[in-house]
Amino acid sequence: MKLDLKKKKLREINSTLQNLDVKKNERDFIIINPEGNHALCAGLNQEMKVLIKGHVGYYCAGMNQKAHVTIDGNVGTGVAENMMSGTVHVKGNASQSAGATAHGGLLLIDGDASSRCGISMKGIDIVVKGSVGHMSAFMAQSGTMIVCGDAGEALGDSLYETDIFVKGSVKSLGADCIEKKMEKKHLNKISALLKKSEIENIKPDSFKRYGSARKLYNFNIDNVSSY
Amino acid sequence: MCGIVGIYLKTKKFEKNLGKMLSGMLNNMESRGPDSAGFAIYKDESKKLYKFSLCINDLNFNSFKKEISKKLKKAKLTQISDHVILKTLEQPKKVIKIINSNFPKVSIVGYGRSIEIFKQVGNPKDVVKKFKLDSFSGTHGIGHTRMATESAITTDGSHPYSTGEDECLVHNGSLSNHNNLRRELTKKGNFFNSENDTEVAAGYVSNSLSNNKSLKDTLTSSLKDLDGFYTFITGTRKGFAVVRDEIACKPAVIAETKNYVAIASEFQAMAHLPDVNGAKIFEPEPGIVYSWGN
Repeated sequence: MKLDLKKKKLREINSTLQNLDVKKNERDFIIINPEGNHALCAGLNQEMKVLIKGHVGYYCAGMNQKAHVTIDGNVGTGVAENMMSGTVHVKGNASQSAGATAHGGLLLIDGDASSRCGISMKGIDIVVKGSVGHMSAFMAQSGTMIVCGDAGEALGDSLYETDIFVKGSVKSLGADCIEKKMEKKHLNKISALLKKSEIENIKPDSFKRYGSARKLYNFNIDNVSSY
Repeated sequence: MCGIVGIYLKTKKFEKNLGKMLSGMLNNMESRGPDSAGFAIYKDESKKLYKFSLCINDLNFNSFKKEISKKLKKAKLTQISDHVILKTLEQPKKVIKIINSNFPKVSIVGYGRSIEIFKQVGNPKDVVKKFKLDSFSGTHGIGHTRMATESAITTDGSHPYSTGEDECLVHNGSLSNHNNLRRELTKKGNFFNSENDTEVAAGYVSNSLSNNKSLKDTLTSSLKDLDGFYTFITGTRKGFAVVRDEIACKPAVIAETKNYVAIASEFQAMAHLPDVNGAKIFEPEPGIVYSWGN
């Protein structure tokens, strides 16, 4: 089904998708003329495929559950924020806070993601084919982040857990984030996620692994400047 | 939150449509700033004449025209709503003195050989309409929709701020060291009309440019000297530049085609621009100055 944002209101289109009649077979949607609108495809909670043709605004596919949303363009702040499951595939670039606080599912970004990608992520898998901006994986708690390009300043600052894998350079590591030894299970994890993201020609062992030094978990007066 | 927009034409193709392009951008940024709006348009650069953009508020235009004509011979005045564009061969210092000492109700919004500035309180859609932005042509323009935070909703609190000849600045964000900077700049001879933080940033830029620093160097050093959150667009006679602070909480997106460069707080501000879907679209990186035409 084709949904045109020039003809229908954003709220109408979101409502159609959010209240999908599960007894019907209509599970494929194309949205045209998104024109940078915010909160498009937010709150979807059923198995369906949505293709958005064009650039979208903030919080696209936020809180997603089960749905597979593809954006043939760029996305604004907070794409797939608080996603629970499903996949969100951005074919262009993503603005800041991509995948923020998300609990599950896969966020795949073909281009670059800007600052604070995966901020406070809680279990989502994020795969970025390009680079990520500063303070990515800030306070990340769980999940996996794979960056095929470079990472900006203060990667993984105040990290709890989350495995971060970066292929290119890292401008600097944030407080309590360190490079860690790559083990077999990590290589398997990378390999599985690259396969799921249909990324070929990149070897899992070309990445470096970063994670938490776990020194900020409990209050320690010596670390007071880092809190 | 505020909305900032700018458009710089690389070719002559859209010069007649500049106002229309900019008004669409401002209208779409209404959600980011419903309190006041303003814009600066660079057009018809003159080698001899100076243009003064004046806000006459509730003063009667005809009586103002009559009075000012006595003081400034051969001045040409055009009224657009509560703003007046005054064209004169006289030097700015003299004109500013005449206006300030004789017309306390009139505020000088900006002046230069090319710039025309209009700003007023109210919903951006109404402001754009009342100043007939759609009908403007020009080479580049900058606009702002304001959601007021640190100073009152007044004409003086609206953007763009112009503190030097053919200069202007719009700002999304807030500065925390503007009072100190204002004092320092006032000592150096800068003059400020409002308590607004952005006016200080504009004054900082004017002061640096008047010391023969380039716009790029000026904005690079502003990263050290201005404390706070900001995305700035600064306009000069030749073009414009954009810079975001290093934390980069305040958004900006740039679309560049072979005919124009557009910048806005959000992509939706430029979704209506010609060929925008084929444009190179990117976010300006934190702490990096981007400039066109300068």
